Amino acid sequence: MRIPILKLHNYLLISIQIDLDDQTAIQFQEDLLSKIHESGASGVVIDLTSVDIIDSFIAKVLGDVVTMSDLMGAKVVLTGIQPAVAMTLIDLGIHMQDVPTALDLEQGLIKLRQELEE
Amino acid sequence: MDFQSCVNIKKEWDIVGARQLGRDISRKVGFGTVDQARIATAISELARNIYLYAGTGKVCFEVLEEIDHKGIAIIAMDNGPGIREISQVMEDGFSTSGGLGAGLPGVKRLMDEFDIQSEEGKGTEIRVVKWLR
Repeated sequence: MRIPILKLHNYLLISIQIDLDDQTAIQFQEDLLSKIHESGASGVVIDLTSVDIIDSFIAKVLGDVVTMSDLMGAKVVLTGIQPAVAMTLIDLGIHMQDVPTALDLEQGLIKLRQELEE
Repeated sequence: MDFQSCVNIKKEWDIVGARQLGRDISRKVGFGTVDQARIATAISELARNIYLYAGTGKVCFEVLEEIDHKGIAIIAMDNGPGIREISQVMEDGFSTSGGLGAGLPGVKRLMDEFDIQSEEGKGTEIRVVKWLR
């Protein structure tokens, strides 16, 4: 299973709408980095509105992809993390403090624009 | 204890299968969305441990019905290498797999009861319970 990555001007938009297994998550990490490379995108929004579970592995993959994209020069914002997912992550002991987040896609794009000072 | 079903963990996708079944069962027991997420996440961590460290094993579910409360028990068992120092794997941040080391201590915080038995060379059995409030 591949997660579609959409390009909008100089942004990449991803909405994850499936139950993520490890392989799909790793594949997504690779796909996103190559897409940043080939498109020259400066900002990425990963929307997690439809994701109802983030376990420690998926959290690590998401955290890593933010750092990796940052190394390449693209800013990533995670949006739409559900209340139940946020509570579960904190119980798990995963704080994701260095990861930029926003309430929804709209806020995510505003945040990106601010960070990139466009 | 009137109901028990198991998912065999052999391949990575079985981790998803186990947590989906666990979520369905916990919804039927009457857990709300937050507890369903907690239970499903705990299952995911336990099933991944089996897959990563033992290769194969199984995750079983039991619906607990007592006079004054209901709950769900999840039993994760494998015949893998076992754990030498249980106190070490219960520490936050300890990992031999390059992960976040959030797994077992995280599962303990997500659930109400946590029991672990492990013998080196024989395997590991972890039983966790969440009660409906």
